Amino acid sequence: MKILICLSNVPDTTTKIKFTDDNTKFDETGVQWVINPWDELALTRALELKEDAGANVEKVTVINVGLANTEPTIRKALAIGADDAIRVNAEPKDAFFVASQIANAIKDQGFDIIINGIESSDFNGSAVGGMLAEMLDLPSVSAVSAMKVENGAIVIDREIDGGKEVLSIETPFLAVVQKGIALEPRIAAMRGIMMARKKPLTIIEAVDVQAMTDFVAYEMPQPKPPCKMVDADNVKDLVNLLHNEAKVI
Amino acid sequence: MSVLVFTENWDGKFKKSSFELVSYASKIAEMLNTSTVALSIGNVTEDELKNLGKHGADKILSVTDERFNYLENQAYTSVIAQAAAKESASVLVFANNNMGKALAPRVAVKMNAGLGAGVDQLPKSTEPFTIHKKVYSGNAFGNVIIKTDVKVLTLMQNSFMIVENQKDGAVETFAPEVNEAHFKTKVKDVAKQTGQIILTDAEIVVSGGRGMKGAENWGAIEELAEVLGAATACSRPVSDEGWRPHNEHTGQTGKIIAPNLYIAAGISGAIQHIAGVSGTKCLVAINTDKDAPIFEVADYGIVGDALKVLPELVAGIKELKS
Ligand SMILES: Cc1cc2nc3c(=O)[nH]c(=O)nc-3n(C[C@H](O)[C@H](O)[C@H](O)COP(=O)(O)OP(=O)(O)OC[C@H]3O[C@@H](n4cnc5c(N)ncnc54)[C@H](O)[C@@H]3O)c2cc1C
Repeated sequence: MKILICLSNVPDTTTKIKFTDDNTKFDETGVQWVINPWDELALTRALELKEDAGANVEKVTVINVGLANTEPTIRKALAIGADDAIRVNAEPKDAFFVASQIANAIKDQGFDIIINGIESSDFNGSAVGGMLAEMLDLPSVSAVSAMKVENGAIVIDREIDGGKEVLSIETPFLAVVQKGIALEPRIAAMRGIMMARKKPLTIIEAVDVQAMTDFVAYEMPQPKPPCKMVDADNVKDLVNLLHNEAKVI
Repeated sequence: MSVLVFTENWDGKFKKSSFELVSYASKIAEMLNTSTVALSIGNVTEDELKNLGKHGADKILSVTDERFNYLENQAYTSVIAQAAAKESASVLVFANNNMGKALAPRVAVKMNAGLGAGVDQLPKSTEPFTIHKKVYSGNAFGNVIIKTDVKVLTLMQNSFMIVENQKDGAVETFAPEVNEAHFKTKVKDVAKQTGQIILTDAEIVVSGGRGMKGAENWGAIEELAEVLGAATACSRPVSDEGWRPHNEHTGQTGKIIAPNLYIAAGISGAIQHIAGVSGTKCLVAINTDKDAPIFEVADYGIVGDALKVLPELVAGIKELKS
């Protein structure tokens, strides 16, 4: 079985978000770029499956749509344990553009399972996975919180509101994964970092696709009024404020 | 033309988010001078379907085919696209929840439509079609133009007020073409909570962090949730420790919620936690550390021991309600 993980290159989760050029561009000064946290968990789970002899995974590939500056992030995925990588050489314009590029790059490669993280922590679109599945005419399962191989069959937990469903599905399919898929992201060891340098990273030129959306301007959240402090000895005051002022109870 | 809304029911009753969606869609329909059509898939009584009319649905398409008892993304996508074609929908609206996130991107591709995911208000303009959405996990917002003729939107939960707007709400049975090849998943088991408030649908949420010290202290959180009719949640370390189930974890890597009231007890307010609750209308923090970052984002705060404050809060609210 061959597994593909779609990687998004995002600012570290603690980054202080700022914009330049009249709030039209994300300010990249001093930003640390990382693998999108969910994609990292997806990769971790794929590697766990590869180590499980019963799961019969021969290869884990990662793909990213990005310019050369995303290569450190891709190398990190190789260092964590992916076997090879593909970079589609283009600036990601929107989810449709990214999904189109990935669809084109992998359409003849026969991946059995394609995994996307539920959203990327920059544009919070939750879109590339579903779009890619539709473009490739593949079944998809979203909100996946566990994936196992049992006697050769794929068994998936899907979160539903207030519970979960256990599903079985045949390959090929696409999974959009979220919390639970792996416990802790795997960290690259020294040996992995050394090996990553030699692992294949194929660069594919982008196809001509128009984005369907345009980001026109960013806004920072409105500065909020300072927190109203209530004395711990007068908890009833809080009840009154919530009832009469905030009107939420 | 029309605006098509994808609704969701929970054991035959529409979810609160579906009424939000219909209210929202009918406002967009007003902006575009067109009508609102709601699509319902599942076993819902005529009376319940009619409730969508109260919030602005001119027409309701009802699909009751049993093959749709479980979500099958490709099959649902095909039904929604057929409904949209039949109603010449120019805007399709979904909730930004598990189901909406599973379907909206597929539907967008199928219909050659641009996707606006996670919008939090009405479009700022319809020419060009400009939406407003959170980006960077709530640390900023973006204004985005959707350039295609057909647009697909997913609406953040709790971001639009349910309004009464009585419309005709004529119910029409809809029997779409079904492609058997679209059914590729088999549901082997379902574990569904019943009788409890669903975290992502809840108006009030009481949440505990590591400052609650241990699973044995959660009685106070549950009691407060009980008197408020609230759902319970927790921070990530709490579910990692196994003090609470994983499905209660909120934050960037957990559930993203936007209730009217979020009470955070013993939660420090790490940026990743706040990313999951930044859409909250009113945030209350209880923390022993007056410098905890949670107070920077809270509306009301108490510096104090949550284990002492929570029972007093329960008593105060009981008094208020009696
Ligand atoms: C990539 C990544 C993703 C993450 N995603 C998430 C996420 O989705 N959700 C999430 O929650 N975290 C997430 N985290 C972890 C996050 O950084 C914090 O570590 C976590 O939110 C802290 O949880 P906490 O507030 O419960 O615990 P702590 O940070 O330990 O805070 C406990 C608080 O309780 C207070 N306290 C102690 N005793 C009492 C008392 N008796 N009464 C009242 N207050 C008391 C303390 O003053 C302190 O402020 C993520 C981290 C990373 C790196």
